[in-house]
Amino acid sequence: MSVPTFDQVKVGDDLPTLKLPRITRTTLALFAGASGDHNPIHIDLDFAKTAGMPDVFAHGMLSMAYLGRFLTNWAPQTQLRHYAVRFSAITPIGAKLTCGGKVVEKLERNGEQVVKLEIGVVDDRGELKLSGDALVALK
Amino acid sequence: MIDTKHIGRQLPSTTFEAEKGRLRFFAKATGETRPEYLDEAAAKAAGYRSLPVPPTFLMAADLDAGIMFTLLDELGVPIGNILHGEQSFTYHAQVCAGDVLKVDSRIADIYHKKGGALEFIVKDSVITDRNGVKVMEARSVIVARNHKENSA
Repeated sequence: MSVPTFDQVKVGDDLPTLKLPRITRTTLALFAGASGDHNPIHIDLDFAKTAGMPDVFAHGMLSMAYLGRFLTNWAPQTQLRHYAVRFSAITPIGAKLTCGGKVVEKLERNGEQVVKLEIGVVDDRGELKLSGDALVALK
Repeated sequence: MIDTKHIGRQLPSTTFEAEKGRLRFFAKATGETRPEYLDEAAAKAAGYRSLPVPPTFLMAADLDAGIMFTLLDELGVPIGNILHGEQSFTYHAQVCAGDVLKVDSRIADIYHKKGGALEFIVKDSVITDRNGVKVMEARSVIVARNHKENSA
């Protein structure tokens, strides 16, 4: 895939979406181990029920990692300058997530040409799970 | 309510090595299949010193050392009541496998909303490499839900 250049990119451009497979209990077990987040609320149904939840739910950082893949698919990671999200809804087992985003601004920052992206993750019902922004330097 | 006297408090610093095996495990767990994230030769061909550390991976430094969870325990916040509210990263240099990093964190803020039903803990971290060069900054906002006050 070719790397976008600053001149090619226009405000309003949509980035190619990233569609993820359905979240399973295995997904969360693997992510708990790999990420180091062993909070049982994500992997232990008994614990989740004791804490008042109907079931375990996905780590917010799993969605943020997917959204990171989406960003570095568009431009190499060495060009990523800033990446911020706000988590807005819990992601249950069975959710099918899609990462998307668009260019909202072109600017100069610290002597570099940079684009600001508005980005987010939605489930298959269109519910927003997290949203945020990223700054990516483009040549 | 969490005592706001903890605002400004420095948390124990920790050292973390980005290991290749852990990075491959993280790639598997996040569905990453691009060769530069899995294979060192492919990473070098793509211009990296070794496997690149993905944008969100370094949370593992805090989690492995138990910095946030130890703090929550000390503050009396049950782990089953927390949610991740916000997360941000600012990148100054690309971190790769084999890099040994130092993480220094402090409590930047503590505040509440909805009459104390939701409490917020803001933690700022600075990550430096072996030479003391700042490679990344991170901010985490953790939300504690207080069921008792919620239903009152």
